[in-house]
Amino acid sequence: MSPAVWFGEVGASLLAMDWTPAIASKLAPTVFPTGQTESAFAERLPLLLRDAVTGSLPEPWRWLANSLIAIVAIIVIFASLFALLTLAERKILGRVQNRPGPNRTGWGGILQPLADGIKMLTKEDIVPAAADRLLHFLAPVVLLALSIVTFAVIPYGRHLVPVELDAAVLYFFAAGAATELAIFMAGWASRNKYSLLAAMRALAQLISYELPLLLAFVPVVMLAGSLATTGIVAAQGGWLGGVLPHWHVLTPPGFAGFVIFMIAALAESNRSPFDLPEAESELIAGHLTEYSGFKYALFFMAEYLGMCALSGMAVTLFLGGWHAPLAALEFIPSYVWFAVKLLALLLGFIWIRATFPRLRIDQLTRLAWKFLVPLALINLLTGGFWVLTTHWTGGMLVVRWAIALVLVVGPFLALGRQFQARYAPRTYRYA
Amino acid sequence: MSTFALGTIIALILGSAAVALCLRRLIRSVLLFVISWAGIAAFYLWAGAEFLAFAQVLVYIGAVSMVTLFAVLLTRRHDQPDLVIEPPARSRAAAGVTIGACVAAVLIPAILATEFPAASATAPTFSVRQLGLDLMEQHGVVLLVVGLILTVALLGAVVLAASKEDAS
Repeated sequence: MSPAVWFGEVGASLLAMDWTPAIASKLAPTVFPTGQTESAFAERLPLLLRDAVTGSLPEPWRWLANSLIAIVAIIVIFASLFALLTLAERKILGRVQNRPGPNRTGWGGILQPLADGIKMLTKEDIVPAAADRLLHFLAPVVLLALSIVTFAVIPYGRHLVPVELDAAVLYFFAAGAATELAIFMAGWASRNKYSLLAAMRALAQLISYELPLLLAFVPVVMLAGSLATTGIVAAQGGWLGGVLPHWHVLTPPGFAGFVIFMIAALAESNRSPFDLPEAESELIAGHLTEYSGFKYALFFMAEYLGMCALSGMAVTLFLGGWHAPLAALEFIPSYVWFAVKLLALLLGFIWIRATFPRLRIDQLTRLAWKFLVPLALINLLTGGFWVLTTHWTGGMLVVRWAIALVLVVGPFLALGRQFQARYAPRTYRYA
Repeated sequence: MSTFALGTIIALILGSAAVALCLRRLIRSVLLFVISWAGIAAFYLWAGAEFLAFAQVLVYIGAVSMVTLFAVLLTRRHDQPDLVIEPPARSRAAAGVTIGACVAAVLIPAILATEFPAASATAPTFSVRQLGLDLMEQHGVVLLVVGLILTVALLGAVVLAASKEDAS
């Protein structure tokens, strides 16, 4: 049970961290330009609702209740998003593939997630006789717990940050890196050679893509000068002429970082076209072979939650977090903007799954090490240049953009050429 | 309360490390070492070094554990599933004690010579820029040496792996 002890430790230290001042500062009335009081009210609505419930409690209990409400809200919202996402994915894939998708359960198939949930819960839970029972049980639990833990530092709205940490981005990716261990535990504890082989391969994939994932957000941290998610979102506030937002994705290093980040995020969450660890035709679904029933469902829940968390982090790092795209649209509450951006990225994930064929394992690792890692390293340089030239104005601004664009596009073209030279164009004789 | 937390963390670190040394199944030992590393991260959190704690999780639990697992799984002979511990011999025990004493002789004076400055009343403000400057200027030489050692280790690993492939 020792991993459980470890979770207790991490949880306790998180609780021990003093986040009451952060919450208290958020309860103070915020200063808004005149004529935006409705926005301010809608903005603080979740907090007002929470305070209506917990306001009468004495101080330590109130803090505890507030924390519990935040935890329950995150779990409920993202678990229902998970359910809706499975349905949306099947419906959209059906639409792309010119078939109806699930359409028998409820109105147009809307109750399908519920039916799937009941099916998974009532299925027999089979554990192989030779399996390491403890680790076999712990693997999906650890995986899901680590996926949920990452949601703690994402700013969902102007006043909605569950935990404010100075090194929040690092915390997020540290928890994400630990999930690899759970996948290995699943593969090894199953006592099945295919599971073990697939787990090793999954580890190779996850480690390979961890590197571009981590390198891709470093320029953003340099631009914002902060590892705190709140600081990074704050650095992206404001508009150029009320139209052009100061999002990181709209700077050359930020754009390159965003693209690399999203590709690596696809691979990190085992999504198609990088879904080798769990695809049925690859080593009989890999580390999932010996799992059934609810444990199997937990793996997929962790995968979807991981996808949501990575998308939420991408929104925070590159797409301006909860900031509105136009100054005129600021009257819409910030958490709505966050949700819109998050859903857009998630639909992008589904679209990609419907469009791209799966990579082979050698293509997958080659893409990471020979293409994404060098690009991400060069992007660090671009980020450094961009940060050092923030004071350039006037005609130098054109020079700044030109140099940065060359630094972004040049290596991409050069590496892409070299990458393609040996393997493309291909002739498919039987296709 | 804080002392109790520290006690729990220390018990977790030492306990899991001790159990890991006694186990015969190597994979379980590695997983227990992971718990030990997590305990060290918890200790950093307890001491208020957030950045260090998360870096510890990222590097040790995310990467070093993987390297260890790969090393265990890829280098082990296939015909012996569990580690076979040789019968104890006097020469081996002597070698172990000597090596341990040498390491202790390096570490203990270093620990004793370290002066711990009194904690400042105000928490130091955390800034990535300051951290980077400290690493690159004040501890630049150490950083370079560490990088060199890691590069040599990496080259060694490549050489080992390549020569094994040639033999087979």
